Amino acid sequence: MLAGGLSIALVLLLAPSALAGSIIPESGGSPAANHISNLYTITLYIAIVIFIGVEGTIVYCLYRFRARRGREAKQIHGNTRLEIGWTLGAAAIVVALATITFLDLHSIRDPSNSGPGGLDLSNGVQYETTGALKPPDGRALTIQVNGAQFYWRYTYLGVSSNADGLGDPYTYYQMVVPTNTTVVLKVVSQDVVHEWWVPQLGGKVQAVPGYVSETWFKIAKPGNYKGQCSFLCGRGHARMIAEVTAVSPQKYTSWLAQLQSNLTAADINDENCRKELAQGNGPQSVEFTKDC
Amino acid sequence: MATAVLRPAPQIVAHRVDPAPRGLMSWLTTTDHKRIGILYLVTSFVFFILGGTEALLIRLQLGEANNTLVTPEVYNQLFTMHGTTMVFLFIVPVLAGFGNYFVPLMIGARDMAFPRLNALSYWLFLAGGLVLYGSIFWSPPEAGWISTVPLATSTYLPSGGVDAWIYLVHLTGIASLLGAINFYVTIVNMRAPGMSWSRLPLFIWSIMAYSLLLIIAIPVIAGAVTMLLLDRHFGTHFFDTAEGGSALLWQNLFWFFGHPEVYILILPSFGIFSEVLPVFARKPIFGYKAIAASTMMIAFLGLLVWVHHMFTTPTPLVVIIFAMISSFLISVPTGIKIFNWVGTLWEGAIEFKTPLMFAVGGIALFTIGGISGVFLAMFPVDWQLSDTYFVVAHIHFVLVGGSVFGIVAGVYYWYPKISGRMMSETLGKWSFWLMFWGTLITFMIQHSLGLDGMPRRVYEYPDVGHLQLYNQISTVGSWILGLGVLLTVINVWRSLSHGTIAGPDPWKANTLEWFTPSPPPVNNFDEIPRVRSLEPMKDIRREVERQSKEGAGARPQVPGEVKVTA
Ligand SMILES: [Cu+2]
Repeated sequence: MLAGGLSIALVLLLAPSALAGSIIPESGGSPAANHISNLYTITLYIAIVIFIGVEGTIVYCLYRFRARRGREAKQIHGNTRLEIGWTLGAAAIVVALATITFLDLHSIRDPSNSGPGGLDLSNGVQYETTGALKPPDGRALTIQVNGAQFYWRYTYLGVSSNADGLGDPYTYYQMVVPTNTTVVLKVVSQDVVHEWWVPQLGGKVQAVPGYVSETWFKIAKPGNYKGQCSFLCGRGHARMIAEVTAVSPQKYTSWLAQLQSNLTAADINDENCRKELAQGNGPQSVEFTKDC
Repeated sequence: MATAVLRPAPQIVAHRVDPAPRGLMSWLTTTDHKRIGILYLVTSFVFFILGGTEALLIRLQLGEANNTLVTPEVYNQLFTMHGTTMVFLFIVPVLAGFGNYFVPLMIGARDMAFPRLNALSYWLFLAGGLVLYGSIFWSPPEAGWISTVPLATSTYLPSGGVDAWIYLVHLTGIASLLGAINFYVTIVNMRAPGMSWSRLPLFIWSIMAYSLLLIIAIPVIAGAVTMLLLDRHFGTHFFDTAEGGSALLWQNLFWFFGHPEVYILILPSFGIFSEVLPVFARKPIFGYKAIAASTMMIAFLGLLVWVHHMFTTPTPLVVIIFAMISSFLISVPTGIKIFNWVGTLWEGAIEFKTPLMFAVGGIALFTIGGISGVFLAMFPVDWQLSDTYFVVAHIHFVLVGGSVFGIVAGVYYWYPKISGRMMSETLGKWSFWLMFWGTLITFMIQHSLGLDGMPRRVYEYPDVGHLQLYNQISTVGSWILGLGVLLTVINVWRSLSHGTIAGPDPWKANTLEWFTPSPPPVNNFDEIPRVRSLEPMKDIRREVERQSKEGAGARPQVPGEVKVTA
């Protein structure tokens, strides 16, 4: 046990980053995830010292004080100074942990401004400043994450002029975001409780029906970041997966425009199909002229 | 070598000793706390085997990526039944079993305060278990042991499984509530002469904390499941946010019960550690007052921390910070306990008997769960770890390492008292090592699974990275653990007929239950000894030794069948 603890400590000292996903949490996608990982790692060092201290002492006692010929147990009932000492020691560790949590809290919880090279949010492009969570300059891309049995739907808020957000473009399963841009997620649910979690981008938030949970990320590197629903939501829970794809702001803008026009075209097409269906004498007699 | 056999006092003072009744009817109608204790112990161990079997099936399904051994539906039912069984039908009642059997004996009482109420508690507990397990013939619950709404409402799970779960919570809840009141009244009113609060055995302190927590927590969960039942069948909307209720209300109510429940599950096991360690280290418990005080402190703080199960919900930050600070505070009295136990071993003369091994092994494993709990109390870190296998690992180090190892230590420690025979040390040690390594192998690697992004309660995972390897390690460990448990079950069964006769006090222990013959007579004590210290049996043995040295033939003043070898 002692040797195990020591070797873990040694490995940690040598290569902390290589251990994401086995000894420390995943990170690397977004500042929040990185800060959580740091906070965790500091705690882990303290934990290893306590672990080796306690378990080592137990093992030492079992060996050193085992019953054998001539061994008399010492009849003591306690040691007030020692007991006060370890109480204060435990309290001191707790205070230290609370302190480092508060020191890191701001950078984990509160969004920072978009970096240089991010999506230009200045001239009337889509962004929302409502909600509690926003960066200091108030400019962030806002995406609504809607959990449902058993899929995620992302609505890119503020694109259309509709106040209800119904005209905004949306995607399923895969979210596309621009790099170096602060993205605030408004996580909601339309049925049961779900939980949004993409480990490399940060912590999780529950999607509770009737509530809006908020979280944020800012991705520096283009790439795919995988996650999945982490709160039991029914039989399909394990397959409620998610993916966030980060691309350059230019690619993002053109992709969003394409998505928007695709959706509009599909809506118009759909509407025509419905009209045709309504004018016909029943489903059997309808001859679809369009791509219905 | 001179052996002085002291004549037992019962033969002198008892006017009328009823022979113990026999036969099935005597068990069905019994109000004897010892028999009710045995009923609790045996029944809850049957449920332990069922819950353990479910766990092994869960691990089998996860033994391979994309496995299709069970369907998603069955998988959800398996972990729901596993969690519900272990919490409501194994750990709580098995502790009630030990409490029933040993609270009166340890405080020098002849029965519990309300013997018939005590019998009612047991039968309600059994009814709860039968209702839950009856559902496996129709549709077992599948919303997890926490039955979170809205998943557990009739919209998403209309079948009767959740209803069976609700009735289980009600029936076992009333059983626990009545039992808790019974323990409380018994401990407050029926202690032996001289047994002041500062001479109360630590196991009794822990049963006191267990009872107080049950009395506070059970009404809350009873209210919550009643609301759920009304929502499901009578058109109310307590948990429907769209209709003016709140889906978060359920999580608050459930965890207000759920977190104290964890301490309900573990404090009596801590009490067993505190009884076993001094006996086998042949040394008084280190820091008695600190351990007793920390027990009550943990119980109190345990009522303030439920929001740490809800760090990822849309709950105001100030509430979350309060929950973090109070959770941190709990680690201080918990640490004090561990330090005091180590202090008890220090400078002792440790005898490696099976109860000692389970107690020390349990403390070593629980320490891991205690440390990982600190990570989870830091809410930004919990945002990564919550609802993953890291939490599964944490709770199993706490409940297997802490609770179950304490319970098994209790089985080996008290079996001679209950049955009159010793258990096999060889089988016991095999069982210990298998359970110890089984627990480590099964659950240590689950921390990594969680850190690697595997959520809990998923029936399948993709074959990427180390997921499959880690899961296979865990599955192998679970079977080692299961084998270890099986050896103890065999040991219990076999020792009933094969064990050597124990005598009243085979361990040379400290507390009053060892003053009675093994098994104790129906009325426990003909004459209740006066308690002069925390370790009355040590005083009695010393007194007997003194008298037998003073003069052979002089009839000793001390009652009880005490055999001294000098
Ligand atoms: Cu989900």
